[in-house]
Amino acid sequence: MDQGTLQGIGTVLTMIAFLGVCWWAYSARNKKGFEEASKLPFADEQLPSQEDAQPPSQQKDK
Amino acid sequence: MSSNVTTAGDQPVYNTKVVKQFAIMTVVWGIVGMLVGVIIAAELIWPDINFNLPWLHFGRLRPLHTNAVVFAFGGCALFTSVYHVVQRTCQASLFGGPLAAFTFWGWQLIIVAAAITLPLGMTTAKEYAELEWPIDIAITLVWVSFAVVFFGTIMKRRTKHIYVANWFFGAFIITIAVLHLGNSAAIPVTATKSYSAYAGTIDAMVQWWYGHNAVGFFLTAGFLGMMYYFVPKQAGRPVYSYRLSIVHFWALIAVYIWAGPHHLMYSALPDWAQSLGMVMSLILLAPSWGGMINGMMTLSGAWHKLRDDPTLRFLVVSLSFYGMSTFEGPMMSIKTVNALSHNTDWTIGHVHSGALGWVAMVSIGMLYNLIPVLYKRAQMYSVSLINLHFWMSTIGTVLYIASMWVNGIAQGLMWRAFNTDGTLTYSFAESIEASYPGYYVRFLGGVIFLCGMLIMAYNVWRTVRGDVQEQKAVSAEVQAA
Repeated sequence: MDQGTLQGIGTVLTMIAFLGVCWWAYSARNKKGFEEASKLPFADEQLPSQEDAQPPSQQKDK
Repeated sequence: MSSNVTTAGDQPVYNTKVVKQFAIMTVVWGIVGMLVGVIIAAELIWPDINFNLPWLHFGRLRPLHTNAVVFAFGGCALFTSVYHVVQRTCQASLFGGPLAAFTFWGWQLIIVAAAITLPLGMTTAKEYAELEWPIDIAITLVWVSFAVVFFGTIMKRRTKHIYVANWFFGAFIITIAVLHLGNSAAIPVTATKSYSAYAGTIDAMVQWWYGHNAVGFFLTAGFLGMMYYFVPKQAGRPVYSYRLSIVHFWALIAVYIWAGPHHLMYSALPDWAQSLGMVMSLILLAPSWGGMINGMMTLSGAWHKLRDDPTLRFLVVSLSFYGMSTFEGPMMSIKTVNALSHNTDWTIGHVHSGALGWVAMVSIGMLYNLIPVLYKRAQMYSVSLINLHFWMSTIGTVLYIASMWVNGIAQGLMWRAFNTDGTLTYSFAESIEASYPGYYVRFLGGVIFLCGMLIMAYNVWRTVRGDVQEQKAVSAEVQAA
């Protein structure tokens, strides 16, 4: 295999990996989980300043 | 040692002792490291102030400065935030019992050993990895313990998700371990002297694979983890886009590792490797700016908070400097630009745009957020002193980098100027002569930045003692908390 083919395969694999990460990050299935995760900096407070009176949802896990 | 806010259900008992210790030592080592920086900046203007003592020579103090600011100041800032953030976002106390205390005392001992051996001239002569092999072994022991404490805490978390800051911290800890072991491989000949396991061009490539990823994973990924926790925390709202932060993380760590060859442009390194380093450095602009925009946009719709919260201003301005230096870096890695900038003061200015503007300012913002939390105070002793510190840091940084731009471009142009008969227009000494005004301005900028650190030390000391100077200017997040 010559260097050009190797570089081509590398480029394609990197692209697939990048698109895979984007697909995973932006898929509707993961939306709720990521929203929960984004509130973790406030897990040590009674309430995040802009949230309603719900207890932080991420604490329900065991 | 209980949590500062105990009302949210059953909060775990956090280990705050080790966080406090690292936070205080961040301030101490910041002052020491920057003082050495000011001294060597002065030596470039007045060479005689080394008093002809070898221990005060520029060549020995310069690695002391870089090690002190990167690994002592920056390292303690990272330990502080890793140990704080991982406990809070995992809702778990630190794993490993006395291991955390071992990392604190071990790291301090390593810093003291560096402060003794470097002025004595014991060095491997590898940039940012100058420490000799016995200290390298100690670093490995502390670092493995650090990894055990961190990942152990992640594993015992009570939360479902692993917050994105911890992803950056994890990448930082693992990659630094790999880099340290790879680059420090050496054959010891005596207790204080070793020779690198690599030779020639390979040695140079391994060195800059290490050197640039010390920038990429120690000074960037680690501090981005800090940013992803403390910007939302100080702003009182979640990060702008959590999904963008995931793409940011994977893209950044996948690309950074290839950028090292841009330190070796026009060297004996094979041309394809130089081009690879240049292209990967250019691609890096995308994830870097993705992260910067994500941090900044967290304030979208709440920009008014910047008006009366100097801590938040520290964090946001650090992101501006991050954006600026991650634009400058890819530009400087372009071969034709590098032909002008290489070996000039432009590089020094670029490094400090990142080191003072990004790393130091995000760490300072982190400390101003964290010290009141750790010591259970409503806020820092004096908010107006934070404001003063903010302006001193900003002005100091701008003076530093602007003077080094002018110097660097002047040096680059003078070195490449030819007469019609092919001889050099300027001697090297003439370019030094032309650099003096810039050296004065750089020294002044450094002194102003250092004085800001002294003001922070005073403010931290009074906060720890429990003093409160003023009741006005209680910012929005204090009311909310």
